[in-house]
Amino acid sequence: MSFFTDPRWGEALSHLPDYLGNHVRVSLAALALGLAVSLPLAILTRNRPAPRGILLALASIVQTVPGLALLALFYPLLLLAASVTLAWFGVSFSAFGFLPAMLALALYSMLPVLRNGITGLNGIDPALLEAAKGVGMTARQSLVMVELPLALPVMMAGIRTAAVWVIGTATLSTPIGQTSLGNYIFAGLQTQNWVFVLFGCVASALLALAVDQLLGLIEGGLRQRSRARAALGGIGIAALVAATLVPTMGRSSQSYVVGAKTFAEQYVLSALLRDRLQAAGLPATARSGLGSSVIFEALKAGDIDLCVDYSGTLWANQLHRTDIKPRAELIADLKAALAKDNITLLGELGFENAYALVMPRKRAEALGVRTIADLAAHTSTMSIAGDYEFFSRPEWAALQKAYGLSFRAQRQMQPDFMYAAVASGEVDVIAGYTSDGLIAKYDLVALDDPRHAIPPYDAILLLAPKRAGDERLQAALTPLLGKIDITTMREANLRASGNDANSSPDAVAKWLWEKVGKR
Amino acid sequence: MPSKLAISYARVTKSFGSLRAVDDVSLDVADGEFVAIVGGSGSGKTTLLRLANRLIEADSGTITVEGQNVRDVDPVALRRRIGYVFQAGGLFPHLSVADNIGITPNLLGVSAADIASRVDELLDLVQLDRAAHRDRLPEALSGGQRQRVGVARALAARPRIMLMDEPFGALDPLTRDALGEDFRGLHRKLGLTTVMITHDMTEAILLADRIAVMRAGKLLALGTPAELSKSSDAYVLELLRTPRRQVERLNALLPTSGAA
Repeated sequence: MSFFTDPRWGEALSHLPDYLGNHVRVSLAALALGLAVSLPLAILTRNRPAPRGILLALASIVQTVPGLALLALFYPLLLLAASVTLAWFGVSFSAFGFLPAMLALALYSMLPVLRNGITGLNGIDPALLEAAKGVGMTARQSLVMVELPLALPVMMAGIRTAAVWVIGTATLSTPIGQTSLGNYIFAGLQTQNWVFVLFGCVASALLALAVDQLLGLIEGGLRQRSRARAALGGIGIAALVAATLVPTMGRSSQSYVVGAKTFAEQYVLSALLRDRLQAAGLPATARSGLGSSVIFEALKAGDIDLCVDYSGTLWANQLHRTDIKPRAELIADLKAALAKDNITLLGELGFENAYALVMPRKRAEALGVRTIADLAAHTSTMSIAGDYEFFSRPEWAALQKAYGLSFRAQRQMQPDFMYAAVASGEVDVIAGYTSDGLIAKYDLVALDDPRHAIPPYDAILLLAPKRAGDERLQAALTPLLGKIDITTMREANLRASGNDANSSPDAVAKWLWEKVGKR
Repeated sequence: MPSKLAISYARVTKSFGSLRAVDDVSLDVADGEFVAIVGGSGSGKTTLLRLANRLIEADSGTITVEGQNVRDVDPVALRRRIGYVFQAGGLFPHLSVADNIGITPNLLGVSAADIASRVDELLDLVQLDRAAHRDRLPEALSGGQRQRVGVARALAARPRIMLMDEPFGALDPLTRDALGEDFRGLHRKLGLTTVMITHDMTEAILLADRIAVMRAGKLLALGTPAELSKSSDAYVLELLRTPRRQVERLNALLPTSGAA
């Protein structure tokens, strides 16, 4: 199929109002907050070299923190703050999505604004400051009537830099739950949908470019004292903001939010759940690309309404259990434990997505390796790759302990890339997922776990506390329970990891429903 | 000499670090008088001028303006009632000619309409065309025009005292001559008291009633040009000789004009 007629362009375009609107909204709020904090600081410290130095140093340090890390940091910080305000004042707030993204981006915007503000205010000809005094201005009048207007072009250049940085960095706010143009990039990366990745990159680049040019027009107008040019830039910015924000306004905020983690299966399942809710007449949106720990906290706090998680994951990470129980018992225990947090475990979808050590079938046969116990003898010369969280999860510690595994090297990888890496021999073993269609595609084999170091990972449907008694929701979801077997899910995942027109999560979700809907 | 004093310095000293910029200076400027302060760079003449409107605060001594000790007057209010012309004009580059001229009345809360008519009046006074100059930015003016605007701005709030810091120093000789003469006319017409800094003795002799000569923070001599010529100070005499020597050289070099 031709590159240009690929239906995924249309699908990408259909998300644009939502993603772009949210992107602009969070960027604008962050920039406004950043300006509101940095400009007064620049003004206050303009004649005080010592605090000015400290301030600039702090802002520079913030700038050295990678954008993704800064955004990630604000989520636990706000969770903590929310629990403190809940304990002290009885009020809590959402640590998810908009707020952490806005705060982190605001912090990120401060350096250029501060630096240019200070440079602009300190670069004014001393003779003019003297003249301002001489004609009878007070210090405040001198600031407002002379210093700020003269520093404005330099300040504007700083605001322009900050705007471009914020717009670029906002694409990284997807994993903490803020919808942005980054949703294209994250989803595309997880599902090997390069159309989405390209679309997201181009859209955010065009947005940054447009804002840069318009702010540049204002800056040039201020520099050359051309009111017309500055006004034109201002009108352009206002029009851009209005055009991007208006389509997202007045939307029902009552819609059900389906959360999804950062891998293809989750994208497909969240699209499926959203479609089912919409089919039942319930407004629903999918919020995908959420960090694995973010999603559970977001569910607990009610920032998302439902999600699919895996029994073993919650068993190890939320209940901190290291013992292993049979599938049914584990789910029963989990259900009781989650009920204490008022989270509803509605039921199992029917398949298991377990962590498993995976290697090429031919290599395993040549070495005579069938189980993890067989592998143990070879690990000292082997390298292993896992996803971003695997090596810090309790399951990995349990595996190492149970089998005495000691690999030569460990690498973290984007989940979708691991399979190709192990197939090509770049790594020897990967910690893959049993439901992944790529295992069959690359002729890999999942090794048995005879000592049951890894718990069962049944895919389970979880509902937020506020949806505990929601019968319409439960009625819409119940038909899915027990319907999705491992073979079907593997095939769905394989489709999603393809790079053709039918590989978008929405398309795969439709295919999946056609397969399981009639069961 | 009129008895009323516009500005009076009594044993005033000001140091910057170890440098005595103004060293025990006493100087009385009578109401309506035009005094030029002459001296080289670093002689302390600018410091002396700025002490009068408290752009610089004295270390010791007493300065009175129109009979009031300046220490007892709010510096901002003091500056609003004294006109000050800056060396290179000191015009605000982001404000139009009209806004520059109207700045002090604006600060004093005068209505926009009154400011507008005052600005036109002042443009006439400093001989700038109203329509052509009112809305221009300073960057679009020549050096002489800028200085005319600087004078108009200083006069805007109808001060009785004008302080001028080398107002015509950076201008070409023709413009400088014309501007000096024009200001001398304004000084008389408006009944101003003017203290002007210059490093040019010729300008001082031509414009001022009395000349104060400063060197290394000290007031060396004070008097009319005729009085100064009787000074015993070698530096003062040297300064006074310069204009005449220049005239003699010019006469020798140029054919005598006016041969009717």
